[in-house]
Formats: sequence, C-alpha cells, structure tokens
Amino acid sequence: MNKRSLEASRKRMTVYTYIALILGALIMVFPFVWMILTSLKTVPESMKVPPTIFPQEMIVTNFGDAMKSLPFLKLYLNTGLMIFFRVICAVAFSSMAGYAFAMLEFRGKKLLFGVVLVQMSLPSQIFIIPQYQMVAKMGLANSIFALVFPGIVSAFGVFFLRQTYMGIPKEIGEAAYLDGCTQWQTFYKVMFPLTGTSVAALTIFTAVFAYSDLMWPLVVNSDLNMMTLSSGLATLRGQFTTNFPVLMAGSLLAMLPMVILYLIFQRQFIEGIASTGGK
Amino acid sequence: MAALNLKGITKIYPHSAGQKKAKRKKGEPEKKTNLQVTDQGVIAVQKFDLNIADKEFIVLVGPSGCGKSTTLRMVAGLEEISGGELYIDGQLVNDVEPKNRDIAMVFQSYALYPHMSVYENMAFPLKLRKMDKAEIDRRVKEAAEILDITQYLDRKPKALSGGQRQRVAIGRAIVREPKVLLMDEPLSNLDAKLRNQMRAEIIKLRQKINTTFIYVTHDQTEAMTLGDRIVIMKDGFIQQIGTPQEVFDHPANIFVAGFIGMPQMNFFDAQLEVSGGKYAVSVGGCRVELSADKQANLTAHKVPAQSITLGVRPSHMVLSKESGNTLTASVEVAEMMGSEVHFHANANGRDVVVIVPTMDAKGEHIDTFHTGDKLNLTFSGSVCHVFGKDGKNLEF
Repeated sequence: MNKRSLEASRKRMTVYTYIALILGALIMVFPFVWMILTSLKTVPESMKVPPTIFPQEMIVTNFGDAMKSLPFLKLYLNTGLMIFFRVICAVAFSSMAGYAFAMLEFRGKKLLFGVVLVQMSLPSQIFIIPQYQMVAKMGLANSIFALVFPGIVSAFGVFFLRQTYMGIPKEIGEAAYLDGCTQWQTFYKVMFPLTGTSVAALTIFTAVFAYSDLMWPLVVNSDLNMMTLSSGLATLRGQFTTNFPVLMAGSLLAMLPMVILYLIFQRQFIEGIASTGGK
Repeated sequence: MAALNLKGITKIYPHSAGQKKAKRKKGEPEKKTNLQVTDQGVIAVQKFDLNIADKEFIVLVGPSGCGKSTTLRMVAGLEEISGGELYIDGQLVNDVEPKNRDIAMVFQSYALYPHMSVYENMAFPLKLRKMDKAEIDRRVKEAAEILDITQYLDRKPKALSGGQRQRVAIGRAIVREPKVLLMDEPLSNLDAKLRNQMRAEIIKLRQKINTTFIYVTHDQTEAMTLGDRIVIMKDGFIQQIGTPQEVFDHPANIFVAGFIGMPQMNFFDAQLEVSGGKYAVSVGGCRVELSADKQANLTAHKVPAQSITLGVRPSHMVLSKESGNTLTASVEVAEMMGSEVHFHANANGRDVVVIVPTMDAKGEHIDTFHTGDKLNLTFSGSVCHVFGKDGKNLEF
C-alpha cells in the first residue's frame, strides 16, 4: 500500500468515526432537546398525535406554574444539603476504612472486607425497608438526616479507596512512621493527601448518585418541604393526567444546578467517571 | 552517633492459618526456600550477633531473601524482633517505638512524600518533633547544601531525577541528625553510571556527618567500597563478618568466596596432600605447595590430607608458557574488556575464568587466544583457598 492510499484510508476511518460519534451524540442529546421544547408547549400540543417537534405557540408560563406548584428553593436546599453531607460522610468514612483495609493488619480483616463486597454486590433497594424502619424508629423521618442516612457509609467508596491506598507504596507509610508520625498522622498528613484524584472521583460519583436518587427520598420524606428535587418532581405526575409541559419545565429547573456544576468542573467529572469505571 | 549491639536477633514469620492447615494435612513441613521452617514459622533471621562501633559503616550483603533487609527493618523498628536483644547506646530498644529510637532510614524506592516539596519533605520529621522554625530552616538548608540540592528545594519530588530524589531521601534522614542512619538498597533503582556517582557521594557524605551507618545491599561492589566491615548473609545466617580486605582474602566458606569478588572465584575438585609436614594441593596434574601462612594455619588445625574444593580467584590465575605442572584448560569464550581479556574456559571438568591483561608491562600487546585454544594455567600457593567437603575454609 503506498503512502497516499494509506493516508486516504486513515481519513476515511476518521470520517466514519465522526459519523458514529455524531449519531451517538444526537441520541444522547435528543431527550434534553425534547424536554426543552416540551416545556415551551401548551398542554394540548404536548399530547398531540402525531407529535410536533417545534412548539406552534411558544409559552414560558410553564416555568412559573412549576415554581408555583413546588417549593423549589426548599428542594434546592434539601438536595444541596443531602449531597453535601453524603459526600462528606462517604469521603471521610471510606477514606478511613479504605486505609485500614489496605494498610493495617487486624483480626477479621478479610471477613469484614468480604461483608463490604457483599453489600456492594447487592442492589440497594433490598435495604430500603430495614433502613426505613431504622430511621422511622429513631423518629427522624422527614428530615435531612433521613435523606443522608443510606449514604453515610459507601461500600463502593470503601472498596474504591482501598484500591487507591493499595496502589501507594507501603514504604511511604513506613517512612512517615519512622519520621515520627502516629498512625492517625500517617493517615491524614501523608496518605490521605495522596488520594486527591480518587477522592475527587468519589465526590463526583457520590454527588451525582445522590442527586439522581429518587426511591429513597420518596420513601423516607413524605413532607413536600423536606423532599429533594427528584422526589419533588415525581409529585407532579398525576395518577390520571400529567401536565407534561409543567413537569418538563420543573425538570429543566431541577437540572440547572447540575448543568452549571458540570460546565465548571467538566474536566474533573470526566476524569472521575473514567477513573471509577462508573459508566 | 551510637554503638549498636545485636545479640542473638531472630526473626520468625509465623505461619498463616491456611498454611498451618495445609501443613497438618501433608504431615511434613514444605520447604520453598532454603530458609528454615519450624512449627513456629519461617525463620528469616537466625541468631544474628553483631557489635557495631560508634560511627562505623556496616554493610549487610547477601542474595535476595537472605534476611539482610529484615535485620535492618528490625533495627528500624518496622519489624518486631522475635528473639534476641537489640541495644542502641547500651539501651535495650526491642520494644521502643521507632520514633524514639533516634534512627532514620533511606528506602530503596526513596519513599518521598509526593504532595510535599523537597523542603517540606526534609522539614517534615522536624516539624513532627515540634522543632523551632528557624532551627528547621537552618538544618534543612545545611543538609541541602551538603547534598547539593539547594536549587531544588521548592520542587516536588516528581520534578526530580532518580539521583536527585535519592539525595532528598538522604537529606530527609540526615536533618534529624540521627544516632543511626539505615540505608536499604538506596542505589538499586539508579542506572549504573548514577549508581557509581552516588556511591562516591555516600562516601563523601560519611566524611561530613558523624553517625553510625548500616547499609543493606546485594551488590558486592557497594559492600566492598563503602563498608568499614561487611556482614555477609545467606538463608538468615551470618556467613562472615570482616573488613572488605579480610573477606576478600580469607573467605570463611565457599559461599563467601563465591559471593565476594568479580568475576566469581574459580573452584576445582582437588586433593589436599601432606608430605613431610608440608601441605600441597593437587588438581589435574598440577601440584602447588601452599604458602607459609597457610601451612601454619592448616598445621594449627591439624587438617589431614583429604579431598577438597580449591578456590582460586580469576585474577590470580597465571598463564604459563610451559606445559609441565600446569592446569590445562580449553577456551570457550573470550570477553574483551579493554585493558584485559576474561577467558571463560573449561579445566578439569569445571568452568574457570581467567583474567589476562591485554598488554604487558612494556606496553606490548599480548597474544590473544580463541575458542578451542589450550591454556596452561598456574597459580601460587599464597592465593589458594582450601575448602572442606562441608564448604568451610579449612584454615579457620
């Protein structure tokens, strides 16, 4: 094969790759575009068959209606607090447990780590009833604590950070020990700062998961003022009829903080998800 | 600045639960390495006795798995001592925390803190001791000066080369002005050229700082060039302790003889003969009377005539023009090293290496040999090492 034909075949390959990527991007973006367009339609038009793509009559009142039907500020605050505490807890406890599993020798280490793995491999839904009972018995249903509760300890976080700590040479910990660090100082002065990338990944992963968590907030907090964005939006769906334009307008409003965060931390988001193998 | 006494130090790694079960099933202990395995576990270091004088440079040397690093780690306090006593400056420190032993260690992998700058790395142990800021600054800058890393103080370790990183690791150890400085194969991660350079740096460093050094290596060149005394280890046991010259000239056994010296000592199956009260060795038609000092040593130990393993260093083998009373060898490979040629030959069924200079004293080129050529080899009675069937030097 001569040089020119090699170059041509490479170019052709690039074109095919781009076509595939563009198709993929269209499939990914379409629901978002549909959501935006629907939020600008009237109720009859949103249910019209065959559906129209662009709104015949553009209206923005749906956003006002959505804000009237849901206490958006409260929902933003609740979601924010839930994410904040879940992230803090996941990072703190997973780091400590991950460090212990990777670096320390203690009786029952394998068994305990086995328990973590089992918890990770089971679907979280099966824990919902016992977890609800625990929260209810503590009398803490309809509270921020209730929203945070299942995220206090993250089995995935423990596993993920254990792997990270295992990747750090043991000599660094030993050097710190010889330099005069206690076990705790070795952890927080030397080892923890070395897990920055993984902690960032875990933060993003936990935040995204908490933001999109619907089932637990819906179960544990029935008071609209204590709901999160996802569970609040779910109340907009009626049993018999649903006002789709208002629901879409609400969804768009709920999405905004995450979109803004994504635009700011785009690089960290991508790195984080790539390093966890999450998606 | 401290004297160390290691009295019968032993390290036993207990069997894990799984191993115990497997052992019980099989009925007898399994032996993967040459380390002794008992009911208690694998014995990594056995009855290690050594007195280290103040400011002495001791090198522990031996092949992988001989227990040298384990010994060092026990001195550091990173491994528990299973048996025996460790004294630093007369104080028993078996159960003393590493930070209270006043020792510092340099690791093979440098073990620098990646998130801290060179300055912070070196200041870290001092900060932990809550030392005055001005004093920390003085010590760090002084150490940086000694190690010639002043210009890198603001850099992170990843922005440094291997040699510079090792200097920082040494710097972090010496800022504390420890009683004992432990070094665990500090040059193994460096390339050959840098290793030679750093070896010289360590010799210079030793002259600048007053402390006791314990240095672990598997490289006999490092051991010979750095140590005041060398401790040669194998399978958890000390084989010999002595100055570099002593262990080179008078190896205690075949292992030490083969381990120290490059290329390795040549060994022959030979006979030790005694006639008229004089000892001689005889190998493949070559009979050599031993030198007076060796005669005296063997006589003192009343060594009888017997089959022995004879050791002669490659540089002590001499080419002879005559064929009488010589050992005949046939050349298999000739390695040209520039100023000398290493001939790998076969003599009396054993592989031998002979080092021959390429020029004589007058600067004339010496005729070289090719594969298959015959060599007539001789050696003097003063360079013979006589080992008994158990591998021990019969002179000891």
